[in-house]
Amino acid sequence: MNFDTLVRELMGAADEGPLSSLPYARTLGLSYRREAEGIMIIMPFAKQLIGSPRRLHGGTVAGLLEVASIAQLVHVLGHEETAPGVKPINVTVDYLRSAACETTYAAALVTRMGRRIANVRAEAWQGDRDAPVAAAHMNVLLVRE
Amino acid sequence: MNPILKPIIDGFLNFVPHVKALGMGFRAVGDDWAELTLPYAEHLVAYPGDDGAPGVIASGAIFSLMDSVGGMAVIAKSKRLMQQATLDLRIDYLRPARPGNTVIGRAEVIRQTRAVAFVKGIAHDGDADDPVALMTACYMFTAGAKS
Repeated sequence: MNFDTLVRELMGAADEGPLSSLPYARTLGLSYRREAEGIMIIMPFAKQLIGSPRRLHGGTVAGLLEVASIAQLVHVLGHEETAPGVKPINVTVDYLRSAACETTYAAALVTRMGRRIANVRAEAWQGDRDAPVAAAHMNVLLVRE
Repeated sequence: MNPILKPIIDGFLNFVPHVKALGMGFRAVGDDWAELTLPYAEHLVAYPGDDGAPGVIASGAIFSLMDSVGGMAVIAKSKRLMQQATLDLRIDYLRPARPGNTVIGRAEVIRQTRAVAFVKGIAHDGDADDPVALMTACYMFTAGAKS
């Protein structure tokens, strides 16, 4: 994901809004909201997110978790010019419950910020934040000029 | 193609909204493996390229492709439509896919039990010996499960 584009989105004037400059995020219909703990990403239900009857496709929830992870990482890194670029190395998604056809939310925590690698954990939930539908962890390469 | 599989695969490609929305296509299926395509498209790009250059397909779109093709490999192995759900799925993003190239996802069932199918896969953009991503996943059979 392009660091600068996302930073401009996230650190722009508004505390919330659509991720409309990122085509795949727009395909999923994602928007962000700045919260006390960081960035929350929201994926309202849309028909094209369906994977099997009455359920979201697992790939949509994974995409949501990836964007939430990168967004939180960018948020923690700040927007100084010296902030590194970010490149996903891998992601593991655990599916915990079936995701119903309703709005899904995700938020992430940077579990370790190294010099070259960041480890990020994310959860996605629907009605009840304490009953996540999926969880992810990502290793992300930090590219320093 | 195994005649039992054809209607299942046609239904998968024509009636699963997210599969259609991303533009996935069928490539091949075997006894315990399947291949799907993800043709390059503007709405799959993570971020626009510099100065109007085509952008790179988003990692999340490749995740969706691999989740889908893994599920299809399980159907190929089972020879029938089982109620199944992805239990976990890991993707290593080896390199960006080349802008403009179709990404091909291939998944193979390594072992299947009554409860779980263990699946491995790769994504490549033309040369299977130079993959863009590796995938490892488990799918569980959910018939009779509550959620």
